[in-house]
Amino acid sequence: MSLLSVENLVVRHGLLQAVRGVSFNVERGETLALVGANGAGKTTLLRAIAGAHPPAAGRVLLDGADLAGVPSHRRVGMGIALVPEGRKLFVQMTVEENLLLGRTARRPGDWSVDRVLEMFPNLKPRRHARTGHLSGGEQQATAIGRALMSNPDVLLLDEVSLGLSPAIVDRVYAALQGLIASGTTIILVEQDLNRALAVSDRVICMLEGRVALEGPSKEVSRDEVTKAYFGLHRKSGNVPA
Amino acid sequence: MSNQIIQGILLGGYYALIACGLSFMFSVMRIINLAHGSLAVFAAFALWLLASRFHVPPFLGLLIVLPLMAAIGWALQRFLLERSARGGALLPILTTFGLAIVIDNMLFEQFGADTRSLAPYIGSLSYDSWEWPGGIYVGKLAVIMFATAVILLGGLQLFLTRTRLGRSIRATSEDPDTAGLVGVDARRANAIAAAIAMVTVGLAGAFLGMRATFDPYAGAPQLLFAFEAAVIGGAGSLWGTLIGGIVLALAQTLGAQVHPQGFLIGGHAVFLVVLFVRLSTSGLGLRGLLRLPSRSAP
Amino acid sequence: MSASAPMPVIERGTATSRIAAIATALIIALLAIAPRVLSAGAVDRMTALFIYVILAAMWNALAGFGGLVSVGQQVFFGLGAYFAIRLADAGLNPFAALFVSAMAVGAVSWPLSLFMLRLRNGEFAIGMWVIAALTHLLINLDRLVQGETGTSLISLNVYDAGPRRVTIYWLALASMTALLAVLFGLLRGSTGAAIRAIRDNEDAAASVGVRVTGTKRLLFVLAAFGIGIAGALWLATSITFQPKTYFNVQWTAYMIFMVLVGGIGTFEGAILGALVFFLIETWFGGTGVWYLVGLGATAVLFSLFLPRGLWGTIEERFGLRLLPVGYRVRLTGNPAALAGDGASSPPRQTIQHQERA
Repeated sequence: MSLLSVENLVVRHGLLQAVRGVSFNVERGETLALVGANGAGKTTLLRAIAGAHPPAAGRVLLDGADLAGVPSHRRVGMGIALVPEGRKLFVQMTVEENLLLGRTARRPGDWSVDRVLEMFPNLKPRRHARTGHLSGGEQQATAIGRALMSNPDVLLLDEVSLGLSPAIVDRVYAALQGLIASGTTIILVEQDLNRALAVSDRVICMLEGRVALEGPSKEVSRDEVTKAYFGLHRKSGNVPA
Repeated sequence: MSNQIIQGILLGGYYALIACGLSFMFSVMRIINLAHGSLAVFAAFALWLLASRFHVPPFLGLLIVLPLMAAIGWALQRFLLERSARGGALLPILTTFGLAIVIDNMLFEQFGADTRSLAPYIGSLSYDSWEWPGGIYVGKLAVIMFATAVILLGGLQLFLTRTRLGRSIRATSEDPDTAGLVGVDARRANAIAAAIAMVTVGLAGAFLGMRATFDPYAGAPQLLFAFEAAVIGGAGSLWGTLIGGIVLALAQTLGAQVHPQGFLIGGHAVFLVVLFVRLSTSGLGLRGLLRLPSRSAP
Repeated sequence: MSASAPMPVIERGTATSRIAAIATALIIALLAIAPRVLSAGAVDRMTALFIYVILAAMWNALAGFGGLVSVGQQVFFGLGAYFAIRLADAGLNPFAALFVSAMAVGAVSWPLSLFMLRLRNGEFAIGMWVIAALTHLLINLDRLVQGETGTSLISLNVYDAGPRRVTIYWLALASMTALLAVLFGLLRGSTGAAIRAIRDNEDAAASVGVRVTGTKRLLFVLAAFGIGIAGALWLATSITFQPKTYFNVQWTAYMIFMVLVGGIGTFEGAILGALVFFLIETWFGGTGVWYLVGLGATAVLFSLFLPRGLWGTIEERFGLRLLPVGYRVRLTGNPAALAGDGASSPPRQTIQHQERA
């Protein structure tokens, strides 16, 4: 059984359909990359999986259990953690307090404040600083650490490299490699196609709320993904005006 | 004169007590509860009923009334405020105002127009005093009240910064959506915050009843005092509330010196002056005034 | 019939609303001659109804259209009465004093608005209450008022009771009609678009260049002026002035009740709410405290379960609009082209401006 299954998921923002019937499975230990242009529905999809946005139709299953009606805070307890777009740290609180909040669901596991600080050594001197005063890289590290503190089975990462310098992104991805190696299941949204393909086992390209392309990251060509990205993969004559 | 200043500072303890629940609920749920004063008077009547009918001394009666207030706060959040807040920022004002009218008039229906006091039920505490150096007499009750305010504010501060539940409440106040994403049950956190706020209201009601008299319609002035102390102190900080309470009480004391009816006028005037100075210097409106972080859109 | 594209027609009124306009004129005319047939008591009650309509419409203008919920509007009610007392005492004709007093209230509200409008939501609500409490205390200091003992508009007693009653009735009717007309005109004019923009989203309105503060100030001053007239008229009907009665927060409670029940943010709702309140007061006012508990409980229930009020709900259900202050777009054109496969019902789609409180 897949660890996480998404079946015909439809999510609306008011009248706008952001996600229009998306289905996929994620196996335990797998890393899935979601790519697609802005507004393709990736963030909404992740938020719906995390329970922050109720779907209009379709199902999300974790270990075969339907998550319909389960609020976000209980999903954290069941093992789904989201690193939200824009980091969304509690800026009035310190790094340590943000990390401790991640432990609210009290899932058993190895993660502790010290282990997060081992993973992101740049946070060590900032442990008692308010997160509102941190640099972008430090904030991102705190956001990832906060999600890890819940000892998740599935980690959802939304644009973790957004707004960071290349050197910092390298550092963040080096840390992610460690997680992947340790067998954490990850779904990540990434704008940088090369990075997305390099780090993941499988890739899904979304276009206007639908899955335009799905395949193993090693097998799909960059060209194919680019075409799916812009909607050029469809047969000619079917191209939208 | 120094005697009056000390009395004023001690009275500030009462205002801090009544203000801290209002300011706490505002900073967590962004709701100003217009039934705040009425609920304090309700607590005072509950203690009075226990004392006069069942001979339960007020300090013992708190063991019954404070849990009752916590339950009321929890229910208030779950059944009224949560639903009302979904309709926007203005609706909770109307809901809680309606609630205040209901409480006031129910109290009137039950207890009539007579003014009551808890003073007869606390023995000599209502008039005993200590002599401080310099020939200053301070009422024991006033000192207990002030100490309670300091302990309560300090305890609340520790609770919010040192405990898991306190952090959950702070996270919810900053961004309820993201709080849910890190595993915090925002509804529960809000309900607990409301319960805590109502416990402080219960305490304030008890001291209102012990130090003065009250009647079914005494809620409105208590709400105004609470609001004024909270704004003067800056509702963002708990210790600011204590400062706000003291400033309010000193202004009232000074007002009473100037004119026999100047007590309340002095309080309202200092509130408006502080407001005016802040508004004209900050240029931020009240969000800046209360030093609140801007809440990210859900 | 050619397969032309549907042509949107932008309308201000509907057939219903044109009938309503004629009916409104008729009602006002009938009300104007009503004192000929009504008993003295009924004339007094009708005068009270007109004052309630003014209070509801003015509070609604402030809260429903300006987004400014105040629980201190009794300050203008009290000031309206107090200034009338002062002006009459200074020798002005008592009837003239009623209106000069309201203008004075409007004038006082202007500088007050510079300060109060910088507060938001709940802070504005209680801030106004503090203003009302302080004003009440200060007026108690006036020797003429003699504290809570109060005073009377004695100069009104030189007129005979009969003509005086009818004159006040007419003044109240005229004031109500004029204030409603001004409000209606404001909402239909260019200010109306600004007001609706602010009501729907204040920040967005400001970003597209709507003068948010200026518009709110206009509503604040109008509401103060209108409630000032109401206070002065109430003084004229009851003669006596006790600060405690006039600066009572109960007046604001009545306003909130009327507007919540009628429908906040709808022009007709406030009038409907005043009528409902008037009937409830007539039937249950004698039950004293339970009547007040009922009012409070009804306000709570409406705010929770029917926040759009009676009129707002009727409007939403049936698309009914008697006195249209917005625009509606109607799509007309070839019915077959629109209905697709020749459905029998003619498509008369109306896209209505959604009224939200």
